[in-house]
Amino acid sequence: SNTEIHGCGNQENTFPCRRNAVLEGKLSELGYSSPKARKTGTTIAGIVFKDGVILRADTRATDDMVVADKNCMKIHYIAPNIYCCGAGVAADAEVTTQMSSNVELHSLSRGCPPLVTVTRQLKRMLFRYQGHIGSSLIVGGVDVTGAHLYSVYLHGSYDKLPFLTMGSGAGAAISIFEDRYRQPGSEMLKKLVRDAIAAGIFCDLGSGSNVDLCVITQAGVQYLRGYDQPAQKGKKEGQYKYKPGTTAVLTKTVTPLPLDIVDESIQLMDTQ
Amino acid sequence: MNTRGLRSQLKDSVPVTGMGPQVGAYGVQDTLRSGFSSVKNELLPSHALELSEKNFQLNQDKMNFSNLRNIQGLHAPLKLQMEYRAARQIQRLPFLQSSHLALDTLKGNDESISFEDILNDPAQSEMMGEPHIMVEYKLGMM
Repeated sequence: SNTEIHGCGNQENTFPCRRNAVLEGKLSELGYSSPKARKTGTTIAGIVFKDGVILRADTRATDDMVVADKNCMKIHYIAPNIYCCGAGVAADAEVTTQMSSNVELHSLSRGCPPLVTVTRQLKRMLFRYQGHIGSSLIVGGVDVTGAHLYSVYLHGSYDKLPFLTMGSGAGAAISIFEDRYRQPGSEMLKKLVRDAIAAGIFCDLGSGSNVDLCVITQAGVQYLRGYDQPAQKGKKEGQYKYKPGTTAVLTKTVTPLPLDIVDESIQLMDTQ
Repeated sequence: MNTRGLRSQLKDSVPVTGMGPQVGAYGVQDTLRSGFSSVKNELLPSHALELSEKNFQLNQDKMNFSNLRNIQGLHAPLKLQMEYRAARQIQRLPFLQSSHLALDTLKGNDESISFEDILNDPAQSEMMGEPHIMVEYKLGMM
């Protein structure tokens, strides 16, 4: 599963599906290239602390080398006590997490689902589609057995760990976790997650903009969108515009344009 | 033995069931029902997942039944399949859309919702089969 750390930014679903190949051929005849799937180029991280789970994600979606969305939502709702962050192809992450309706149907007959149920459904679906659904997910939540954090990779493997990162910025984020993680003691861990995402934002081109935060505890969920803005545009130090009159005038030529009045019409304005 | 496709003569090719022209009666291409054939289209699947998805439910059922047979003995899958057969017969005329409620409940599909329930819903399909022909086909008169 270590290959997936680099995988999310580079995942190209370029299997020559016949329909796509035909469309691409037709478009290139006309001189266009076919649209590429928009990836999220993400940093997402999750950590288990004493009372629950913290999930954090950046908010940038990239389209090759262009930022497609400066403020997209990467933390998706699955159940009242379970949230999921998605990395990889943005549309796939969005659709995968629409399994929340499936979870709701399941909970009508079985009650609030434990996290393993959600993880199992996700990994079964991703395995069934053999990696063609290009989304890697971090699922976190609090259920009757406690707080858990799972990651599901795009081919269907999964991991259960106290801290997890995913996405193209995962390398930077996991290095912060690996260096400074100690046993769960709540305040220090919140700062750790913040630093990990900030590392992902600063060290990875595919992540940026704001940070979304989601804290899930037994008592409830706090979903704070745009919680942190580490990469604010700096203020300019001085004035860089030229004052009027900086450039000396050497010559001046005035050419009057003779204009004839062709038509004159008067419109009364109602000034009541 | 399918002599039509060049599939079997491709080097490194594994004979794959499910691809190839749909043969009707007399062993030739049934143009009336499945349209004109094209070797290029039938040679390879058009997507890596086409075959696995086409047979997904079938393979799942096979796997589950064989597990059940190994655990509980032959009677368990036999009884279940008898129930499936009985439930499958509860349907309306062939050109009308039936709800398959009993079958869904037996299979457990009434407790899950996924792509198949939203996309390509047969209740919303724009085309309807020709009623007389479909009933004749069902009764074996065609």
